[in-house]
Amino acid sequence: MKILVGVKRVVDYNVRVRVKPDGSGVALDGVKMSINPFDEIALEEALRIRERGQATEVIAVAIGPDDVQTQLRSALAMGADRAILVKCDAEVEPRDVARTLLAVIRQEGIGLAFLGKQAIDDDAGQTGQMLAALWDRPQVSFASKVEINGAVARVTREVDSGLETLEVDLPAVITSDLRLNEPRYIKLPDIMKAKKKPLAVTDLAALGVNHAPQFKVLKTESPPQRTRGIIVKDVPELVAELKKRGVLS
Amino acid sequence: MSKVLVIADHDGKRLGAGAARCITAAGKLGAAEIHIAVLASPAAAIAAEAAALAGVGKVLVVERAENAHPLAAVLAPQVVKLAAAYDYVIGPSNTFGKDLLPRVAALLGVGQVSDLMSVEGPHTFKRPIYAGNAIITVESPAGAKLVATIRTASFAAAGSGAPAPIEAASTDAVLPTHTRFVSLNAVTNDRPDLQSAARVVSGGRALGSADNFKIIYALADRMGAAVGASRAAVDAGYVPSDMQVGQTGKIIAPALYMAIGISGAIQHLTGIKDARTIVAINKDPEAPIFEVADVGLVADLFKVVPELTAALS
Repeated sequence: MKILVGVKRVVDYNVRVRVKPDGSGVALDGVKMSINPFDEIALEEALRIRERGQATEVIAVAIGPDDVQTQLRSALAMGADRAILVKCDAEVEPRDVARTLLAVIRQEGIGLAFLGKQAIDDDAGQTGQMLAALWDRPQVSFASKVEINGAVARVTREVDSGLETLEVDLPAVITSDLRLNEPRYIKLPDIMKAKKKPLAVTDLAALGVNHAPQFKVLKTESPPQRTRGIIVKDVPELVAELKKRGVLS
Repeated sequence: MSKVLVIADHDGKRLGAGAARCITAAGKLGAAEIHIAVLASPAAAIAAEAAALAGVGKVLVVERAENAHPLAAVLAPQVVKLAAAYDYVIGPSNTFGKDLLPRVAALLGVGQVSDLMSVEGPHTFKRPIYAGNAIITVESPAGAKLVATIRTASFAAAGSGAPAPIEAASTDAVLPTHTRFVSLNAVTNDRPDLQSAARVVSGGRALGSADNFKIIYALADRMGAAVGASRAAVDAGYVPSDMQVGQTGKIIAPALYMAIGISGAIQHLTGIKDARTIVAINKDPEAPIFEVADVGLVADLFKVVPELTAALS
């Protein structure tokens, strides 16, 4: 079985993003970029499945400009067998990402697609579910435990009311939640090895996908800021203050 | 005039807390009619709760055995059939809606607006990106059906009104059997639900152990509050993950939020931004939580939390 892992290049988790003063977007110049953390978790899980002998190959797929090759090389260094970059310089909405990944899935004969539950830039959280819909296959979003038993996956997912376990027939789409695993660190020899691994470059047209954005971003602004309040000196003062504000009776 | 279909969240027995907030959001869309769909089995009790929400024009009930558990792959084809008569299809941005609505949107051949936080016009909406560190205004194509998940913390819950008519709807959708429910390990407790509670008391890593969390529970019980936690406390294993408040956990908007022993990482602050009053108790006066707290107390939590619990008796 081949596993596809979706990899998105996003502003690094530790960077505090700033909105441009003219409201045209967030400032990205010179900002550190990384693999979306949820995608890293998805990749780690795919690698573990392969290491258990339940998959033959892990393919990392990204959509974006040439720069994304850096993140695909990181995915190869983590252990992916090969990578595919679908070149597109414009922003790609989740639905078009799903359509693109589906084209790759059909070309490669993928048995399991692993994605992050959301990207930490647009926070849309749609791609995995849309991919499963278009593929007409099962989806398990927010996975925190994955077991592959032949042609069936038993997956536990984090839902608001607790932990839900589903059984799905493969092929399927699984999106990773935070606690699925702890991704491995990349060691220097792995980076050297990754340079020799295959990284194919294609584009939307070659996959037969037309770029069809539906939404227009009119404005980007900073959220309203909360302001620093008062400091009380002890518990009686705290209780008095909360009563004064009417939040405690 | 346009029509809105709200997809009701539920746990199989009761209506979820998201539905009432979606009704309020639907009202902002300037629609002529707001209908709510209950896909469940059994559905009667949930439908009755949905019918009692003020603003609901009609409840559509799809009761089939396959709907006993909310499986997105099973519900989506049915929602798509129901959606034919509507301009907007919305649901709460909780794990129910986040799982289901993108699948519905893709089947309808449209995109989705996630975490819709305000309605600026019939096709213009605001939503957060970068964990709430930026807000974008997006325009959806006029004439196309709009699918959206609603950021529940941004809308008040609809009150109760005269019961709306309940109608059985049948969909001839062919349902897949490739996805099967196995079990739900539900966290049961007698405390208020974290997502909808008016008061929330949260503990952080400074608690130091699962056992020490009992002083947080004691205070919460005294106040009739729900209990939450920071990601650090969850990762340290002090409490289960469904108690996590923050960008990657639950985004909440209680009237009173008490952050105890929580430093205030960005990802936590994102989850509490809409709380009306934030109280912080932390022994580090430099903790970022004090920058957003309305009332702060710089003190050792192990001393002042029991003191506060006693003071409230």
